Amino acid sequence: MTPAFPLVSGSLRRSLRRSRSSVMVSAILIGSSAYAAFWFLHWAVIDAIWTLPPGADSTACRAVAGRGACWPVVTEGSRFILFGAYPYDQHWRPALACLMFVALYASSAVRAWWTLWLAALWIVVPAAAIVLLRGGVLGLTNVPTDLWGGLPLTLILSTCGFEAAIPLAVALALGRRSAMPAIRVLSIAYIELIRGVPIITFLFMASVMFPLFVPEGFTVDKLLRAQIAFVLVIAAYLAEVIRGGLQAIPAGQHEAAASMGLNYWQATLLIVLPQAVRMTIPALVNTFIAFFKDTSLVAIVGLFDLLGAAKAVNVDPKWFGFSVEVYLFAGAVYFVFCYAVSQYTQRLERILKVAAAP
Amino acid sequence: MLHIDMQDVNKWFGDLHVLRDINLSVTRGARIVVCGPSGSGKSTLIRCINRLEEHQSGRIVVDGVELRGDLKTIDEVRREVGMVFQQFNLFPHLTVLQNCTLAPMWVRKLPARQAREIAMHYLDRVRIPEQAHKYPAQLSGGQQQRVAIARALCMNPKIMLFDEPTSALDPEMVQEVLETMVSLAEDGMTMVCVTHEMGFARQVADRVVFMDAGEIVEVDTPHAFFNKPQHERTKRFLRQILN
Repeated sequence: MTPAFPLVSGSLRRSLRRSRSSVMVSAILIGSSAYAAFWFLHWAVIDAIWTLPPGADSTACRAVAGRGACWPVVTEGSRFILFGAYPYDQHWRPALACLMFVALYASSAVRAWWTLWLAALWIVVPAAAIVLLRGGVLGLTNVPTDLWGGLPLTLILSTCGFEAAIPLAVALALGRRSAMPAIRVLSIAYIELIRGVPIITFLFMASVMFPLFVPEGFTVDKLLRAQIAFVLVIAAYLAEVIRGGLQAIPAGQHEAAASMGLNYWQATLLIVLPQAVRMTIPALVNTFIAFFKDTSLVAIVGLFDLLGAAKAVNVDPKWFGFSVEVYLFAGAVYFVFCYAVSQYTQRLERILKVAAAP
Repeated sequence: MLHIDMQDVNKWFGDLHVLRDINLSVTRGARIVVCGPSGSGKSTLIRCINRLEEHQSGRIVVDGVELRGDLKTIDEVRREVGMVFQQFNLFPHLTVLQNCTLAPMWVRKLPARQAREIAMHYLDRVRIPEQAHKYPAQLSGGQQQRVAIARALCMNPKIMLFDEPTSALDPEMVQEVLETMVSLAEDGMTMVCVTHEMGFARQVADRVVFMDAGEIVEVDTPHAFFNKPQHERTKRFLRQILN
């Protein structure tokens, strides 16, 4: 007992000292959070202006500027933020397209629906959404892609971008581990080159430089060019994530597959990749969330995604100066999607947990 | 008739000479136990039989097919040779049943229904049909190893290789796996087992192969091996593991 005593009293003293400082840190954190919450509540709710009489200008809002929020900028601007420059009377089309995407995501969260049908839906739904937005068939008026904007643009760029990037990423990841030197060197060169250059560079190249290199009169849709640039970039990042998963598969798995007579492709597609992808779900989703928000970079090349459209609302002289409200709204929309994806992933990890344990 | 024939086989890992002039002939239905101290090359030896390891010189003929390094002969041999590993190496993302039906469906191109029937037959044989729909991680080590045996049998192999199948098991689970192997031996399967289970060697082996430092030191019947070992190295090894 005696030899233990100095040790106990020492650790007790340390933990007391730690607890005294931790009490102080907690108090400071709680106090400052409460102050921030109080201030935000005042600004966003109590002192805020919620509606303006029809036809009124923004004078009333300007009177409270800095003290209270002016939400009419969001309520009046929301349709532009969500759907961009898309013709106003046709807004049901981008709205429906967004709903189709959300329904696709939601149905993918149901374990019992993981069938080939769902895989087919991931091709059919984005294609249908694009046709719906583009029109020109079934009596829908044609809407050129430079009028597309807002949320549907963000959803298309990220969802289609990710879908198209995954096969390329798998090929690059396998290529980087290939026994064939030419394939390995090409894969490494591609991944390192793309990862070493900012995405904006590729968007500029796709939008400004690409037309210089093709014959006059030959054009590729600007949105498609931006989409392709995204696919090429996302693939390089995903390839590294997937390679990490491939490396984590024990040699015994390859040996067991080989000893049963499975060839390289059978072993890769049936044994190695399914395990590698499961292992890397958190990193894959992290990449998805990052690129979901990075699609806002298309504003650089003149496309108005969710954030770009939000920015455009602020240019309106009537609402000039109320950017905080607009950005809060756009931020909230991004957050809803990213948080939903994050929750979905946690569910997915729980579902796959039993089968993923070694 | 010879089922496995190894002549003057040599293998190096870099500068390390891991197999030295190996000559081993296994007749159809023979049960060979390979033993020896760790690092003696016994695992490498049986891994050369299904070309998980490549030999650098000599001849290996398995079921009439010589392993030369082209994919065609490797595939031919692997289809006929089943292997059971120390670490089981079940596919963790597939159920027990799917583990067993995978190769018959993709390599033998059997229809799913037939592959399932075969799988259930062998799961029954290793006495765990009720676990068919579980994942490997939900099973005990002994159960996993029995599934691994069933999985190999589903390919209807002519030869079975066992690479220390009981070494990673808790002691109380060794017996259930050995019993499965004994019943397999009684059916006349050609078997090559790397194992330290001397009771198993005594009970089922036709011949015991003792390896040390990459060489086959001694090949004997179990009776001669345990009672009248010829070489000093064999005697030392037996003293170590039987005490």
